[in-house]
Amino acid sequence: MDDLLFKDASAAANFDALDVCDLCVHYPVREGFRRRLLKAVNGVTINIRAGECLGLVGESGCGKSTLAQAIMGLVPITSGSIRVAGQDVTDAVQRDPLSQARNVQMVFQDPFASLNPRQTVRQALAGPLRLHGMTNRDEIEARVVDMLARVGMKADAADRRPHEFSGGQRQRICIARALIIQPKLLVCDEPVSALDVSIRAQIINLLLQLKDELGIALLMISHDLGVVEHMSDRIAVMYLGRIVEEGIWHDIFTAPAHPYTQALIASIPDPIAPAETLRRMKGEAPSALRPPPGCAFNPRCPVAFDACRLGDVPYFTPLAQAHRVRCHLLSQGQ
Amino acid sequence: MTAQTILQVDKLSIALRLKGQGFPAVSNLSFSVERGEVFGLVGESGCGKSLCALTIAGLLRDPLHVTGGRIDFDGQDINRLSNRDMRRLRGNRVAMIFQEPMTSLNPLMTIGDQIGEMFELHENMSRRQARLKAVESLEQVQVPSPERRIRDYPHQLSGGMRQRVMIAIALACNPALLIADEPTTALDVTIQAEIVELILDLCKARGTAVLMISHDLGLVARICNRVAVMYAGSIVEERAASEVFVDPRHPYTQGLLASLPRLGRRLQEGRKPLMEIKGVVPALTERGPGCGFAPRCSKATDICWADMPAATALSGSGKIRCYHHG
Repeated sequence: MDDLLFKDASAAANFDALDVCDLCVHYPVREGFRRRLLKAVNGVTINIRAGECLGLVGESGCGKSTLAQAIMGLVPITSGSIRVAGQDVTDAVQRDPLSQARNVQMVFQDPFASLNPRQTVRQALAGPLRLHGMTNRDEIEARVVDMLARVGMKADAADRRPHEFSGGQRQRICIARALIIQPKLLVCDEPVSALDVSIRAQIINLLLQLKDELGIALLMISHDLGVVEHMSDRIAVMYLGRIVEEGIWHDIFTAPAHPYTQALIASIPDPIAPAETLRRMKGEAPSALRPPPGCAFNPRCPVAFDACRLGDVPYFTPLAQAHRVRCHLLSQGQ
Repeated sequence: MTAQTILQVDKLSIALRLKGQGFPAVSNLSFSVERGEVFGLVGESGCGKSLCALTIAGLLRDPLHVTGGRIDFDGQDINRLSNRDMRRLRGNRVAMIFQEPMTSLNPLMTIGDQIGEMFELHENMSRRQARLKAVESLEQVQVPSPERRIRDYPHQLSGGMRQRVMIAIALACNPALLIADEPTTALDVTIQAEIVELILDLCKARGTAVLMISHDLGLVARICNRVAVMYAGSIVEERAASEVFVDPRHPYTQGLLASLPRLGRRLQEGRKPLMEIKGVVPALTERGPGCGFAPRCSKATDICWADMPAATALSGSGKIRCYHHG
């Protein structure tokens, strides 16, 4: 192991892998003559410890991908702070972007679009190592072969190009590329959604195995609650830019407290014990450009009352250990 | 074929012709759909389920060709119909809903005109009558304030609303068969339930049979009467929906269910590594003469590699293509 190259690694052991505090990402949007603010992420606070997997669920448009991009340092943040392995992201991106890249890497949804078709697998994997200052050819080669073995691919794959591989194998290459510089945090944005159903299990098992072997933290973004349940230690549910419920996976699935989480879980059809009718919420998610007053979920909520429609955005109510929910029903009682 | 059968697909084979070579994409596909039934066709991408749908709608285009078998719709052989007759049938008696509502609606026409077109073409209505019917159709698919909405263009609607418009167009002429090709895949799970329920309710009221094509086992199990599981161009197992996922018989169906991170599984069994189906789905050009699943199957023997197993009847009901179903 090249100690010089990975010097940030040991220093960060005392910090959470990810610490997001009151993060806001707002975009100015022009609508005809009016200017509006699109509040994609609106006051999000989450943290992930090393070796932990946090599942982030929510519908499309709820801001989960914007949150991921902000954590990667790819979009400017409006307010709040993000620290990855103790290092402030906004600061790091300006001062030393490479150190940010060493701390956090990402695996994207579509493995067909996230590999350069003209690079061999060896080039794709060696690129990050060279960029981060590794020069010894033998060492680079050794690490490429080692990483390929870790993601379950043969060494001869290194000389081939992405088009020769199937979707599942390409996703393995993407994971290898992300992990080869040993980040503290891996952000996975829907890593199995684009894969065949019979391949998904392979990638899910691989991610969990690598998480335990390497001790990395995992931010698992998915709309598939089955995948999230299987992988996560803790789960955060996001709705229209805010976290509405957060807790240990067991609590979220056995005792979901927010009506949105309850509806989300109830809307998943199960192949073995199919329910006769699904409980479901009404209508679609409102646009983040025109969030409803009060609790953002109130137009679709089956149990909304006056405080939800007229009052403020509900604060978090702590329930069990590490379980907190933003709902007026819980904070104001019945 | 009984009078109750609306669609009968018999030994249908489709091949991809490339550079003078033919690659079988779908082989010996047989199934039938009864009137008013909801029939599910499940499989992974590339297994040929969408090709099958396109063929039934008469929309298969070069370089794909039907190489054998026949499709009878309401007693008529679809392959023998002229283009003109097929156009009369399609949209009128056989309708289709596609996965991506944005690409299947015309962005330059208002949705009122797109729905009204159905009545003008198939029922010879005037423009004015068609417009009134369009409002009525939109009302049936529960689009709020339909009188105003008919002047909207597709880009002004959300994904769920667009799919409702697609349903209104598909069901405008009370078709006998609706082919729904992954109708909810592009939508959020929370909207999926509403859209599926809408399709089922409207079809039930009209007596329309539904051919539901999906990769979502949970969805298919919940809404279908019978289910056919496809792999690499053939139906490997065809059973009643209530049985196939509870007691799967084909090694592929068994593997698929075991590998699925089902909601609630971890609560019941704890976190065990998921079962994996080894290997990958074979490419069209790499399929051998035997069972398509043999390269990934743990039970495969020599005969599986050499010969495609025939569809045999199971003891209860249903059919299976496997030498080793216990």
